[in-house]
Amino acid sequence: MTEPVISVQNLTRRFGDFVAVDHINFEVGRGEIVGYLGPNGSGKTTTIRMLLGLLRPSDGHATVLGFDVARQSEEVRLRVGYMSQKFAIYDDLTTLENLTFYGGVYGVTDKARIQHTLELVGLKGHENTLTGDMSTGWRQRLSLGIALVHEPKLLFLDEPTSGVDPTARRAFWDLIYELAEGGVTILVTTHYMDEAEYCERVGVMRDGKLLAMDTPTNLKKTIITGNVWEVFALPLERGVEILSALSGVERVGLAGDHLRVISQRVEKETLENALRVENITVEKIERGEPTLEDVFLALAR
Amino acid sequence: MFNSRITSIIRKEFVQIFRDPRTLAMIIIIPIMELFLLGYAATTDVRNISMAVWDQSKTTQSRALLDAFRAADYFVLDYSVSSSDEYQALIESGDTRVALVIPPDYDRRLLDGNAQVLMILDGSDASVGSTALSTARLVGQAYSTKIVGEQALLSGRVAASAPVEVRTQVWYNPDLDSAYFNIPGVIGMILSFITSILTATTIVRERERGTIEQLIVTPIRSWELIVGKLLPYVILGFIETAEILLIGHWWFGVPIRGSGVLIIITAGLFLMSSLGIGLFASTMSNTQQEAMMSVMMFNLPMIFLSGFFFPIAAMPKFLQFVSLAIPLRYYLIIIRALLIKGVGIAAIQNEVIALVIFGVVIMGAASLRFRKRLD
Repeated sequence: MTEPVISVQNLTRRFGDFVAVDHINFEVGRGEIVGYLGPNGSGKTTTIRMLLGLLRPSDGHATVLGFDVARQSEEVRLRVGYMSQKFAIYDDLTTLENLTFYGGVYGVTDKARIQHTLELVGLKGHENTLTGDMSTGWRQRLSLGIALVHEPKLLFLDEPTSGVDPTARRAFWDLIYELAEGGVTILVTTHYMDEAEYCERVGVMRDGKLLAMDTPTNLKKTIITGNVWEVFALPLERGVEILSALSGVERVGLAGDHLRVISQRVEKETLENALRVENITVEKIERGEPTLEDVFLALAR
Repeated sequence: MFNSRITSIIRKEFVQIFRDPRTLAMIIIIPIMELFLLGYAATTDVRNISMAVWDQSKTTQSRALLDAFRAADYFVLDYSVSSSDEYQALIESGDTRVALVIPPDYDRRLLDGNAQVLMILDGSDASVGSTALSTARLVGQAYSTKIVGEQALLSGRVAASAPVEVRTQVWYNPDLDSAYFNIPGVIGMILSFITSILTATTIVRERERGTIEQLIVTPIRSWELIVGKLLPYVILGFIETAEILLIGHWWFGVPIRGSGVLIIITAGLFLMSSLGIGLFASTMSNTQQEAMMSVMMFNLPMIFLSGFFFPIAAMPKFLQFVSLAIPLRYYLIIIRALLIKGVGIAAIQNEVIALVIFGVVIMGAASLRFRKRLD
């Protein structure tokens, strides 16, 4: 990694007694797509707001594109794009009016650039639609267009897909990949586990602490050292109770029509026997793959 | 003059104003509504007071007295009654406000020089009552003066003690038409109310929608944002001033005697105060409703203490002192003087200075608070 695009050291933000972000450290390299995973209130948005100079850090230090976020926020803002979870769109303006407005605020008055952005986010042909009448998926694209209109080299996306349907989400991620290929660095927060899988690296955030940051594969390998068993048995609820009580079992979770059991040393036969003794019908027990959700839950304990 | 950041904000603001029928109606229709309400309904001129007459004398002399009342233009002699019960019923029902009783021996007593008539007034509406009372006294005095003079003439003597006659001259508004007084006031009220409400809500709306956050992360500076957001409302404020002035002039006949340049400059100064109040209110509020309430919190006491409805000179000393901190007070003096008296800058310079001070202070304070909220 050459000069990092984002570099964060011991970054901390307190609101009174509450520590929203607690001494976090990480770096992001050029062209990376880094996910920031965590539940609501875990400090993801606060981190991004500090990196944009919207909030002052209580402690620690961060640079974005080489600029100190506390002292040179104007320099940072000129060069980065930001898409907030609220989709900062004027409902009473049309698509084109919204883009032209934000373009003007960034000093982009070239009509061709505006048109280019419109095409990039796939809103060509919807220039004159009032954004208040558009679906969430389209509003999301426009919101991304607004963040991109000045062609930034770094994009902060704060929960960009909340409330958007799966098809639109997939299309949105295709666009993100396209941008990253063009050299844009992307920091994206999410609370969707499946979405975090799309990222090159994922940071797991909980209660203001950055618990881990690595590629999804490495996270699964290093955090989930035990086996994952998928247990198909009936009734499931009773199964959860029995297996949770079993010594050596780290976690039992319901996953639709089966149970996920994570354990270092308990073997398939031990699980099966424990259930049979209690008269539970065991259909099958298979080895499963760890997911980011397993990682998250393991880290969150 | 402006960079693309400011012009973008201004353009966007105008598009939003013209796209929202409610805002547009508020801007165009409310001034007209208030103008007509205050031009007609809120008139404090009391005329055409209904009067009941019990003329027990029915002589040439008593009829002459009634003519004097008729001529005063304040009374309409609607009812002729023949008992005290009758006029009492009329006053109780509100059909008449005043009853005049002329005794049977009026003509004889007039010759003796001690004629008396009885006037009964309905005091339940103080303004009507006091007008009727003072007018009745005036009519009575004028009439008796006339009679004393006539009697002196008849008896061939020069009146030994010619009663003092007070001649009055009313300047600027000889008919004491209250529209002259109210309509310049409407300009002040509209400028302070509508512009402060609009600016407060337009800024808070950005906060509500989350667009303010997006704006803050752009390279725009806070002063550019403030200028861009406020300038459209300065322009609207001027348009409203012109609207009220023209209707006031052509419809209500309010004169515009002062210089147009001074009217524009002082309106601009006053706008600075009310926009400052709007901006300040927006920094205290997170929702549009809160912004409305905050603006009202500033504006309602302002209206009442400005001297628009109640003369400042009649207020208790403490409130008179408070009113010194109210920009509308100064602006009302300025705009009334400019329109009705046609004065120059020298006559209003103190008020202008007061407006400048207030405008700079509130605008500065609001901008500082606004900047903080961005951080």
